[in-house]
Amino acid sequence: MKIELKDSHLRQIKEICDSLGNDPGELITILHRTQNAFGYLPEEVQRAVAHNLGISVAKVFGVVSFYSFFTMTPKGKYPISLCLGTACYVRGAENVLDEFKKQLGIEVGGVTPDGKFSLDCLRCVGACGLAPVVMVGEKVYGRLTPSMVKDVIAEYK
Amino acid sequence: MVQIKMHLLVCGGTGCRASESDRLVEQLNHHLQLNGLAEEVKVVTTGCFGFCEKGPIVKVIPDNTFYTQVTPEDAEEIVKEHVLKGRKVARLLYEDPETLEHISDSKHMEFYQKQVRIALRNCGFIDPENIDEYIVRDGYAALGQVLASDPKDTIELIKKSGLRGRGGAGFPTGLKWEITAGNQADQKYVVCNADEGDPGAFMDRSILEGDPNSIIEAMAICGYCIGATKGLIYIRAEYPLAIRRLEIAIKQAREYGLLGKDILGSGFDFDIELRLGAGAFVCGEETALISSMHGSRGEPTIKPPFPAQSGYMGKPTNVNNVETFANIPPIILKGWEWFNSIGSEKSKGTKVFALAGKINNVGLIEVPMGTTLREVIFEIGGGIKDGKRFKAVQTGGPSGGCLTEQHLDTPIDYEHLTAAGSMMGSGGMIVMDEDDCMVSVAKFYLEFTVEESCGKCAPCRIGNKRMHETLEKICQGKGTLDDIEYLENLGKVIKDTALCGLGQTSPNPVLSTIQYFKDEYRAHVVDKKCPAGQCKALKSYVIDETKCIGCTLCARNCPTDAITGDKKVPHVIDQSKCIKCGACYEKCKFGAIQIR
Repeated sequence: MKIELKDSHLRQIKEICDSLGNDPGELITILHRTQNAFGYLPEEVQRAVAHNLGISVAKVFGVVSFYSFFTMTPKGKYPISLCLGTACYVRGAENVLDEFKKQLGIEVGGVTPDGKFSLDCLRCVGACGLAPVVMVGEKVYGRLTPSMVKDVIAEYK
Repeated sequence: MVQIKMHLLVCGGTGCRASESDRLVEQLNHHLQLNGLAEEVKVVTTGCFGFCEKGPIVKVIPDNTFYTQVTPEDAEEIVKEHVLKGRKVARLLYEDPETLEHISDSKHMEFYQKQVRIALRNCGFIDPENIDEYIVRDGYAALGQVLASDPKDTIELIKKSGLRGRGGAGFPTGLKWEITAGNQADQKYVVCNADEGDPGAFMDRSILEGDPNSIIEAMAICGYCIGATKGLIYIRAEYPLAIRRLEIAIKQAREYGLLGKDILGSGFDFDIELRLGAGAFVCGEETALISSMHGSRGEPTIKPPFPAQSGYMGKPTNVNNVETFANIPPIILKGWEWFNSIGSEKSKGTKVFALAGKINNVGLIEVPMGTTLREVIFEIGGGIKDGKRFKAVQTGGPSGGCLTEQHLDTPIDYEHLTAAGSMMGSGGMIVMDEDDCMVSVAKFYLEFTVEESCGKCAPCRIGNKRMHETLEKICQGKGTLDDIEYLENLGKVIKDTALCGLGQTSPNPVLSTIQYFKDEYRAHVVDKKCPAGQCKALKSYVIDETKCIGCTLCARNCPTDAITGDKKVPHVIDQSKCIKCGACYEKCKFGAIQIR
């Protein structure tokens, strides 16, 4: 999907790059801030960052694709992140994940057609005492079983 | 001035916050206010108490009452009963699982009795957002002492203490400092590795959230010793609370003149910056971490040159892990002899572990090196959940291995764990019971490694992928005996040829499970059975005719209409339609569905 960046967006990207001295060594910090501002890092945004820093788009794309924190697709309104750390895994996180996939009709990394939910996995929220754990936005749900999944989703419908 | 008569310490670690401990603090304050006690009783949000299983925790000082699983709704009762009338709220006290007696003081709990807290000394004790509380507990005293002495003496002291890197590899810390100190350069750097990526481990995060100043103090000490004026903390972006508390601590330390120019009038300058990671496990490897700090992909480089020679910006750089730094101030204040007297022959001091999995007391613990796995799992950890049988314990995360019942009396230290086929690692300890399939566990770790491999060297990039495919094949019931041998050979080759620590250790979970659970692998490939009943492709659900009363509940819940049968007549599952989702098994109230 091609998107057209507005002048105001380009200015915003330039401001972020300027604030860190257009230093390519600060690329990761710049991408963090840019993703904070836009929600994700589509190709056009990466091009603009590369242009400001005077580095190749390939270098920017290399970094964006390397780190799992950066995403090139927009997340849902309520991003669902399921912990697949070892503690959650041995306490049955996989079955919970299957249930989320079934209920939402999307795969990991996908977004529901209405843009409401996206589903991702992450490694260790650090609430291992509550395993298995899922985060919806900032809210943490613990000790999940597949039968609880429906109710969690219903809270946001 | 009003004197504070009582403190209510509330755990503000990530785990307890997930159970609304922040709302609990609000409610406690609210009810103290209502009862006119706000001046005399202070609510303090602390770092992790460690007993995550029963969080959120509230500890009352001075009587040391230890309340567990406290909800915001319990705040009123605590204030009215305990604070006002001095009567303990019995239902919130910890109940000893064996004697069923209520234990009021945490020091009588088995969970805490065997622990020795050095790195975690302040966690759950002080308000991490208030530098004064750290200073009252001897904070920055070690820095003052070091700045008044010769750096060489401090390095010597750390060397004699026997402290080794807590990130996993166990390199002697004092020696690392000495090497960096010996390399001449116009600028050197101190880096704190807080890129804790091991799934199921939260030691470093808890230290940073509970006692951020201890890391700042130790980094300044290190800077003075090696001749560096700049420190960098490389921290995961996934740890927002730790980042915030570090930022607060750095700001307060600057205001107090404990960071910045001419610290404590010594003429020594030192300051610290944060660098955020972006979610890459390999960045825990020090050369990859440095690549990432340069704004590049976090790919490791061949050593030598070591970071001590050429690290950040090509300058000598000393990289230590969070827990290593947390040990430094007490060693300086209490002396190397003290530290050296704790632990085993070659591994001194303590180690923090994140104890998780199928265990009763999930939490963060710190034990002297040399403590046995049995003591940790069955005494501190309270044994296996739901009375199941212990099967294995995994240490060292994706780089470590699975140890079995025969290893329970192994002392936990660098040498013994490595000799047993696992490793110390950074401190993840996952306990598994009879329901866990060891082939699936190995596959789980390999999946992680494949995803996190940076792709630079072929053994790790391609080798691990092939290993993962083979494990997948075995779990699908399509494996052969040759596949097991193939895994063993390939694993050894990857260990010998991969570029960095990630690749060199990635086959460990597979090799150790093949070594100790060969029968289970054989069952998968020869009998086409998963003894633990976890591998979907190898299990089938059948209905026990003698137990089924024909209630039709399973048939109504089956998503693929695989179950048929008339009312009040035993049902049957059509195996060709069954997708093994387990819905029938979960729903049946008569235990009629069996897994074979």
